[in-house]
Amino acid sequence: MTTDVRSLYQEIILDHNKSPRNFRIMEDATRVVDGYNPLCGDHYTVYLKIKDEKIEDISFTGSGCAISKASASVMSTMTKGKTKAEAIVLFTTFHDLVTGIADPADRMEELGRLAAFAGVSEFPARVKCASLAWHTMKGALESKTTSVSTE
Amino acid sequence: MPDLPGLRRDFPALGQSVKGKPLVYLDNAATTQKPIQVIEAMSRYYRMDNANIHRGVHELSERATAAYESVREKVKRFINAAETKEVVFVRGTTEGINLVAQTFGRSKVRQGDEVLISGLEHHSNIVPWQMLCGEKGASLKVAPINDAGEIIQDEFEKLLTKRTRIVAVGHVSNALGTVNPIKAMIAAAHSRGIPVLIDGAQAMAHMRVDVRDLEADFYVFSGHKMFGPTGIGVLYGKESFLNEMPPYQGGGDMIKSVSFEKTIYNDLPYKFEAGTPNIAGTIGLGAAVDYLSHLDIDAVEDYERELLNHATDVLGSIDGVRLIGTAREKLGVLSFLIKDIHPHDIGTILNEEGIAVRTGHHCAQPVMERFGVPATARASFALYNTMEEVDSLARGIRRVQEVFS
Repeated sequence: MTTDVRSLYQEIILDHNKSPRNFRIMEDATRVVDGYNPLCGDHYTVYLKIKDEKIEDISFTGSGCAISKASASVMSTMTKGKTKAEAIVLFTTFHDLVTGIADPADRMEELGRLAAFAGVSEFPARVKCASLAWHTMKGALESKTTSVSTE
Repeated sequence: MPDLPGLRRDFPALGQSVKGKPLVYLDNAATTQKPIQVIEAMSRYYRMDNANIHRGVHELSERATAAYESVREKVKRFINAAETKEVVFVRGTTEGINLVAQTFGRSKVRQGDEVLISGLEHHSNIVPWQMLCGEKGASLKVAPINDAGEIIQDEFEKLLTKRTRIVAVGHVSNALGTVNPIKAMIAAAHSRGIPVLIDGAQAMAHMRVDVRDLEADFYVFSGHKMFGPTGIGVLYGKESFLNEMPPYQGGGDMIKSVSFEKTIYNDLPYKFEAGTPNIAGTIGLGAAVDYLSHLDIDAVEDYERELLNHATDVLGSIDGVRLIGTAREKLGVLSFLIKDIHPHDIGTILNEEGIAVRTGHHCAQPVMERFGVPATARASFALYNTMEEVDSLARGIRRVQEVFS
C-alpha cells in the first residue's frame, strides 16, 4: 500500500466505516435533515435531539463512501453532549482541516479523532465526501432547511 | 491482427506517469485521449488558416471554409450517409438529441402521444424527451431491461403503439456496455411507421457504423469519444426528415435573407448551424475520422472484444467482485462492484496506482436503480489499451481489497 492511500484511509476511518457509531433512526428527534451529494449519490439523514441549546443526542442513517460514512460517525461521537455553539466551532475546525486551511500539526490535541481526516485535504475530489454530514448537521442546528446539498 | 496497442505512440497523454506509476487510462467511455494527428490538425488551423467561414473572400477564409466542409464529406463517408447535407455539426451528442427533440419533436408530438426510450439510456437521452413530453402533455414510455442489462425486445415491441411518435435508444450503453440490436429495433419501429433516433456516443470509436444499413432516421455522436476534441459532434438525419424540421436556433449562417418582416432559412445542413461554428473542433473531428478510417474498424472491434473478455474473466475470478451488466453482446465497458466497498473509495485507491476509472452513476441513474446500486466503478476501453493494463486493473482491485480488509 502506498503511503498516500494510508494517509487517507486511516485505521479510525476504516473502523468507523465498518462499524458506524450512532447509526440509527431517532424516533424522538427534534430536528431531522437530509444531506445529498448529487454528484456521487451520497445521502445521509442526520437526527438531532436538542434540549436547552445542547445536543442531547445525535444519530444518522444513509449510505455513501467510506470517507463520508466515517466522517458522519466520528462527527456524531464528537458532537454528542456539546452545546450548539461548541458544535459550530467543531464544524469550523473540521472544515478548515479538510480544506487545508489549517495545519493539523499545530493543534493535534484539540483535534482528537478529527486528526484522522487531515489526509483528506490532499484529495480534493474527496473533500465533499468528508464534509457532507457536517454540513447537514450544521444545517440542522441552524434549522434553516430540511435538506442540504453539496452542489 | 494489426498491432493496435502499437498505436499508443500516437497518443501523447498515454505516455505519462501518475502517482509515480505508468498511467493506465480506462475511462474511455467518458472521453478518449487524442492522437497527435488531431492535436496537430487543430494547432495547424489556428497557426495558419484561422478565419471565419462561409463569408470571407480572402485566402484564409477560403482555406478555413474548405477545411470545415471537407469534414462533412469525411463524416458522410465514415458513416455511409447518402448526402453531405445530412451531416449537421453540433456541440455533441447531447445537443444533437436536444435539437431533434426541440424541432422534430415539438412539431410532431401532440397531447396524448408517446415517446419511447429504454431503461438503459444516458440522462442525455432521457431528459430532452421528458422536457418535450412535459411541454406537450405527451407520455414518456420506457422499454424495460432484464437482469443482464439487455432491453427486453418483446416488451420494446409491445410499447410501439399508434401513439408513438419517435423512438430514441442508445447503440451501446455507457453504463453497462450492452450493444443493443438496433437494426432489428429500427425495423420493428419502421414496420409501424415510427422514426428512430440512435444515440451513438459509445459506438463510434469501437465498431463500424453504417447509418444506411441500419436505416437509422437520426444517428447522433460526439467527437471527443472517438479521439476527436470536445465541443463538436454530429447529428446525422435523413434528408426527408431534416427538410421537414423547423430550425433549431436562429442567427447568422442559418439564413438566406433577413428582413424585419420575413427571414428565409438556409438550405440543409446550414439551417441547423446558426452562428460561427466550432471550426477548429470540426477540423479536429475530421482528423479523428481520418485516423479511424485508416484502421480496420472490424479489427478494432475484435481486439476490444478480446480486451473486454479478458477483463471479464480476470475481474470475474476475483473473490468479492460483482460485474454489473452481463449482456451477451457487450463492448468497451465493464461496470463492477467490490463487496460493499463504495465505488468512490475504489476510484481513489486505483488512482493511487495510476489507474483512471470512472466511479458514480455514469449519468444513468435509472440503470443504477434497476440494479439496486447507487453507483459502480467502470473500466472502459479503447483500441490503445493492452491486456497488461487489464492485469494492472486486477492488481489495483486487490490493493483496494487489502486496504479494506
